[in-house]
Amino acid sequence: MRHRLAPYLLVLPGGLWLLLFFVVPMVTMLSLSLQEGDVVNGYVLTGHWQTYVDAITNYRVQLVRSLIYGAITTVLLIVAAFPVAYFIAFYGRRRKATFLFLLLLPFFVSFVLRTISWRYILTDEGILLGPLKDAGLLADSFHILGTPVAVILGLVYNFLPFMVLPIYVALERIDPRVVEAARDLYASPLLAFRKVVFPLALPGVFAGVLMTFVPASSDYVNSAVLGSSSTTMIGQVIQSQYLVSSNYPTASALSFTLMAVLLIGVFAYARALGTEDVMKVAAR
Amino acid sequence: MSDTAAIELVGVHKDFLSHGDTVQAVKPTDLAVGQGEFFSLLGPSGCGKTTTMRMIAGFEEPSGGTVFLDGNDVTGVAPHKRDVNMVFQSYALFPHLTAYQNVAFGLERKKVAKDEIRRRVGEMLEIVSLTGMEKRSPREMSGGQQQRVALARALVNGPRALLLDEPLGALDLKLRQQMQIELKRIQREVGITFVYVTHDQGEALTMSDRIAVMEGGRIDQLGTPREIYEKPATRFVAGFIGTSNLLDGSVDSVTGGVALLVFGPEEKVLVPVPASVTDGAKLEISVRPEKIDLSRDAPAAADCSVLTGTVREVVYHGTSTNYTVRTSAGADLVVFDQNAYSAEDLAGPGDRVYLTWSPQHSYPIGVRP
Ligand SMILES: Nc1ncnc2c1ncn2[C@@H]1O[C@H](COP(=O)(O)OP(=O)(O)O)[C@@H](O)[C@H]1O
Ligand SMILES: [Mg+2]
Repeated sequence: MRHRLAPYLLVLPGGLWLLLFFVVPMVTMLSLSLQEGDVVNGYVLTGHWQTYVDAITNYRVQLVRSLIYGAITTVLLIVAAFPVAYFIAFYGRRRKATFLFLLLLPFFVSFVLRTISWRYILTDEGILLGPLKDAGLLADSFHILGTPVAVILGLVYNFLPFMVLPIYVALERIDPRVVEAARDLYASPLLAFRKVVFPLALPGVFAGVLMTFVPASSDYVNSAVLGSSSTTMIGQVIQSQYLVSSNYPTASALSFTLMAVLLIGVFAYARALGTEDVMKVAAR
Repeated sequence: MSDTAAIELVGVHKDFLSHGDTVQAVKPTDLAVGQGEFFSLLGPSGCGKTTTMRMIAGFEEPSGGTVFLDGNDVTGVAPHKRDVNMVFQSYALFPHLTAYQNVAFGLERKKVAKDEIRRRVGEMLEIVSLTGMEKRSPREMSGGQQQRVALARALVNGPRALLLDEPLGALDLKLRQQMQIELKRIQREVGITFVYVTHDQGEALTMSDRIAVMEGGRIDQLGTPREIYEKPATRFVAGFIGTSNLLDGSVDSVTGGVALLVFGPEEKVLVPVPASVTDGAKLEISVRPEKIDLSRDAPAAADCSVLTGTVREVVYHGTSTNYTVRTSAGADLVVFDQNAYSAEDLAGPGDRVYLTWSPQHSYPIGVRP
């Protein structure tokens, strides 16, 4: 009898953890999204699915925009992170730890503060655009702040380590002798990179995409700080529905929808590009 | 063509800078490896074997000197432009490619036609007995199989020379011995020059046409396995290759090119020496253990080396019995006695014994002619 129960007992700590931090909030949120009422008179569970239909219809634009920003951010992150990870992994030598620390150093400062500091950098007469405009290289009307460019720039900046680290780990695991073997077998440095280093780094890229696409798509800080009403992302909508309008059902319905869309996207991505297959395709 | 060396190093050396100090990993070295030769670099760990090999492959630039492949100066030429291939100590197979793709890698880079690649890879996999394993990934193969893929991957390109860095080091004894025989067979079959790095003297002796024994970044001796074993040029070589007995003494007289060293009333050592050796010269003499006869009776022959001593240790090895004898000349000598005839030990610990061997089996170490 005892050994029959043993597996269940072993699952208990993990199971409780999941229940407490995952299942309970989820169920609460699902229930909330199906309630009707207002803050003053209280909410009643009515199974009102129409909230979903209305929320999606009203905020379709912001939802799609968030996914597009997230996708662009992820692509730019790969481009920006790969060289950094490559440099640290192959040329860092005894300073690898130092370089990794420097990479993470800005992230000891609050997310919001860091993003606000970008306001000062990107502002119309700021340290970046000011001198360029004075030198006549840019029109006086030129601005970045408030545009999608500023928001995406902020997203790329804020999620950079989450792309660099997994790629770094993948590159770090590559035996330098394997790269030499490619060179020995008549591959130029560029070909050795394309045929060996890059395919072997792909699992890292794959992990990096998973770690950045989801939070970047649901981010609500960058657009709020660096964007304008034309860059509003779904995270901002959810936040204001909760905290400003106190419209809990709509906020919950949007959160659920966003989660569902991201989950479907991530699963489709993982299925379409299993780690092994990614490498095989890239090695062709 | 045939008299140009496949590989030639002229005054090649390599200095590494580590923690601010210069480490001379390879001291200025001259070396020529002939076409189709099985050439071994033998020496203890850290003596510069890998560095020497990496300079031939192009992964390390020499700090000085010139590297020739087939008579062409290739110093400074990138590895992918050198017509030699390397088998790495850790195999360094491409983990994301199958066995077939690993072997085809070099040919694809050389833009060989698809059909031709298929044919040559198939042939090569057959030579290394891996037919049927084409689709396996390195992870799904045993150490011995990975080692064969590494070999096939290099050989399939038909390089001018194949560089092997301790290729069998990671295999267990049985498999290693099997692969030694196989490597030798493959080398004969393909007729490619092999430069073989090893720290295993037995392996080097059995496989090589010639051996360079390295110590501390220098080549101590270069010669055939027989020369190196029978006539070690330095104390280091004598000790590193096989078991060696070393005797120190000074020459009492030289007659007809044979020096006489007297160690006691009935104890003497005879050793052939070059003309430069005269009375009073200090000599260091090497005698191989299997050349020595051990007996409890005084020897009859007068014209051979004789030492007396006490047996300290007897170890039975199956094919032979090894005796350690403390001689009155001072040194401990090891004697191997083949168990072909003796049904029992020739002597036991504590016994007084005579050790005899003929003059030609003594060799004076480091004497210049
Ligand atoms: N890249 C390097 N940097 C500094 N020292 C090195 C480097 N490579 C080898 N060495 C040193 O050079 C010496 C010879 O090394 P190596 O050629 O690998 O010897 P072996 O292959 O005979 O074991 C060693 O003392 C080693 O520590
Ligand atoms: Mg080595």
